[in-house]
Amino acid sequence: MSRAFHRFLPRFALAAVAAGSLAGCGVNTIPTAEENAKAKWAEVQNQYQRRADLVPNLVATVKGYAKQEQDTLVKVTEARAKATSVQITAADLTDPAKVAAFQSAQGQLSQGLGRLMANVEAYPDLKSNQNFLALQSQLEGTENRIAIARRDYNDAVQSYNTTIRTFPAVIGAKVIYGAKPMVPFQATTPGAEEAPKVNFN
Amino acid sequence: MKRLATLALLVLAIFATPIFGTSAWAQTFPQLTGRVVDDAHLLSVDQVAALDQKLAALEKQSQRQLVVATVPDLQGQEIEDYGYRLGRAWGLGDKQRNDGAILLVAPKERKVRIEVGYGLEGILTDALSEVIIQREIVPRFKVGDYFGGIDAATDQLIAQLQLPEDQAKQVAAQAAKASEEASRKAAEPHFTIGTVVFLVIFGLVFVVPFLGAMAGGGRRYRSGPGVIVIPSGGWGSGWGSGGSGFGGGSDWGGSGGGGSDFSGGGGSFGGGGATGDW
Repeated sequence: MSRAFHRFLPRFALAAVAAGSLAGCGVNTIPTAEENAKAKWAEVQNQYQRRADLVPNLVATVKGYAKQEQDTLVKVTEARAKATSVQITAADLTDPAKVAAFQSAQGQLSQGLGRLMANVEAYPDLKSNQNFLALQSQLEGTENRIAIARRDYNDAVQSYNTTIRTFPAVIGAKVIYGAKPMVPFQATTPGAEEAPKVNFN
Repeated sequence: MKRLATLALLVLAIFATPIFGTSAWAQTFPQLTGRVVDDAHLLSVDQVAALDQKLAALEKQSQRQLVVATVPDLQGQEIEDYGYRLGRAWGLGDKQRNDGAILLVAPKERKVRIEVGYGLEGILTDALSEVIIQREIVPRFKVGDYFGGIDAATDQLIAQLQLPEDQAKQVAAQAAKASEEASRKAAEPHFTIGTVVFLVIFGLVFVVPFLGAMAGGGRRYRSGPGVIVIPSGGWGSGWGSGGSGFGGGSDWGGSGGGGSDFSGGGGSFGGGGATGDW
């Protein structure tokens, strides 16, 4: 018995130490933080998609009332087409160029929508249209959700980036995963961060 | 020596100040003292009790948590930013269903918002929240009738949240069963899927090589693995309690009146709802 114990104790201790040091190197924390950031990214995309889905309806509604806004409407439609064509997967989140492209496409749609919503202030008939009012509140709500989703994503990215760059997880990040930092959102285009201001009065 | 100590204290104080400064900067939210948190003191005691009773009834029937909150100020934030953070800080709604909502009133900024948890966004849509604010709240608030506006909006919100009654009851029954199960499980050692998976992996990685080594070593070492069982049991229970964190959500649902037994279930918010001003 005692011989058995002495024979296996070192092995067991070794195994325990190996497991402990592996866990210490971020074997668990790195994927956890990464999956969290990816989930937050999915929410960002989700909300942008939701906004894109609102646009055709909005354009159709505005078109009937505001003929002079043809130019703005065309720009919004184009910006939407561009924004929906620039898709990035969760794996692209470590690529600053791709994130920047996505961001700039969405930023252009934000600007277009902002301009459109500002211009429609001049059309009292449109502003009392029930369909338009519903779309307006949906758009406002979606912009709000986008802002929150972006903030949550940035927080998750910051936490992930901190994890893979600090001891002890930095060892696992370099040796096991080859983890690269993810790219947070930044306000690159002026006004891109700004949600279109929608006034209900 | 004493001077040195004073100097050290002084230096410490200087370095410490920014830390305390930043912690003071961190956002503080009102305490979740009940289903009606009237920190801006817009309501009388009777009015608070009346609202609380309705909200408690809603929660009992549908498991959904609706809270009326009035705040003295928004700490310089937009009400949309304040609202979702408040909802997350309070963790209203169940952690799995995220079915909490807040009717938030900020009299100083003259802003009102219906903040909707993730799980209720399909029921309390932005457009509906907007309609309730514009129709029920704004006209009454404009003439200073805070309770009237809050009460009417609360009725509308409750009506909407109770609308599919059979469905809501089903959910309530399910949730009751789930929370019962959760609290029962919390009392006994856990043995969840995570534990099983862990034990299987643990077994493959550590125990099997052990047995292999033993088989090579001879039969007399069979009692060896007994050492392993102890840590795996300890790990297993630690694992299980992590999964049952949402069990806290099952404790509410006490009858109306006393608000101190009320707490959020860990639900989250993502900006659903609508804002109005008066």
